[in-house]
Parts: sequence; structure tokens; C-alpha cells
Amino acid sequence: MPVDTSAKGKKYPPFEYEVGKEKIREYAHAVGEDNPVYFDRGAAKSAGLRDIPAPPMFAVVYSAGAMGPAILDPEVGINFALMVHGGQEFVWGEPVCSGDTITTVAECKDIYERDGKGFYVFESISTNQEGQEVVRATWTNIVRGV
Amino acid sequence: MNVGDAIPELRMTPDRFLPHRYAGASGDFNPIHIDKEFATQVGLPSNILHGLYGMAQVARANAAAAGGDPRSLKRLSVQFRGMGLPEQEIVVTGTVTDVRDGRVTLETVAEQSGNQIIRNAQAELEL
Repeated sequence: MPVDTSAKGKKYPPFEYEVGKEKIREYAHAVGEDNPVYFDRGAAKSAGLRDIPAPPMFAVVYSAGAMGPAILDPEVGINFALMVHGGQEFVWGEPVCSGDTITTVAECKDIYERDGKGFYVFESISTNQEGQEVVRATWTNIVRGV
Repeated sequence: MNVGDAIPELRMTPDRFLPHRYAGASGDFNPIHIDKEFATQVGLPSNILHGLYGMAQVARANAAAAGGDPRSLKRLSVQFRGMGLPEQEIVVTGTVTDVRDGRVTLETVAEQSGNQIIRNAQAELEL
């Protein structure tokens, strides 16, 4: 069965996430970060940061609320039993710090078939409360045996 | 940093409960990561690590090469291959492939017991 590409170009509602010091601590511990800037406001400020920074990959935390509805959208029609997360890209801009409000908008950028696999490519763009871009992400999901 | 330079290796062994902590931290509670019984029922050898946890290790190794400043990592692109498992050491290695205008490009790999779990990882650092 060929993949249904009709959801290509579909955009999803913005999702707002307020970044907090304790969530950064929890995430930083889970991934094994040991740089004091992630745990200690004094260390962060001494390093010239506005407040405790989020580790770069914390992008997955504030983007999740925007990406969930896009990936789960029945119009996109991903067969989850056969899906793998194939690839991921993040391009970081302005650093994210505790106290920031991050708004993320997701879009279904491309759907195509290659070698009997379905490729579902999503883009998310996250901006802070000043309108500065903090991250631009590309999420590639692959469905085997379409 | 110069083209051909290796970055310091990053080694860590995620313990048995790491996928649970990462699930809580990230919000990804897919049972293939936290329920061994479910994972084996769907044909996996065990519950498996989150791919984005592995990517976070690659991000750490690259940022560490730039002194650990979170602002230094400007881009990271990876492909997920193989499966990461808890209680096995992850080794992240990388090599500088390009240096220009204060930007360093690196190719990085994350392996577990010789099995590449993240490959074609390309990072850009701003120094």
C-alpha cells in the first residue's frame, strides 16, 4: 500500500512551555550532566548566563507538547507498531534558561516512500518570550514495510 | 582544534533504572523503554534505551570538547541505528572534520559492545 502523503505541509497549534530550574535539574541528572551551571544559579551567572541554562538536548522536553499531536495525528497515519525513530537534528540559537517561556510550532514537512519504507519528516521551531529562535528541529520517523 | 583531532572519549554505563529516570525527565513513557516484559513480547532483547538519551550522550561529548559550555553546541544531527541497552557501557568517540570561521565540525559515533547505536552524528561547535 503506498504511503498517504496528504498530511504533508500540515501545521499544528503552538505549544507553550515554561522552563523551570528543578525540571532542568531532573533532566540534567538523568542524562549524566555534571557541569555546575545546570544545578547552581551562582555558577550559571558566573559563566555569563542569565539564569540556569537548559542542556541543549532539553529541547526534547519543551518540544514534546508540540510534537506529540503531530506524530500521533491520524491524518499523518503512522503505523506505530512498525515505526522507528530514524534520525534527528537540532540547530540551536539563543540559549534557553530557567524562567523562559518557549513556544514550539510543529509541521509535517515531508512524507515519502523509499525502499519499501515510509519516511515521515517533521520540523519544529521553538522561540522564546522575546521572539528569538532557540531551536529548529527535524524529526525523521521511519515505518518499515509500508 | 584541528582537522583529524580526536575529542576525549565519553564513557558511561546506564544502570538498570536509567530508562525510568529518563522517561520521567523527558516524558517519553513508551513501554519498550521501561517494561522488560512488554519489550520482549514485541521481539526486543530487553527494554531498550531511549534514542534521544543516546543522542544526549553524543551532545555531552561534543559540548565537553568545547569546555562544557551549553552555548557552544550549535547543531547536532544523528541517525539512530541498532538498539541501546541498559547496563552496558556506552562509548562516544569523535573526530574533527572541518574548522572554519570559529566553527568546528565533528563526526561522532556512540557504541555499545562494538555495536553502533548512533552513527553519522555530525556536530557543529562554536568556539
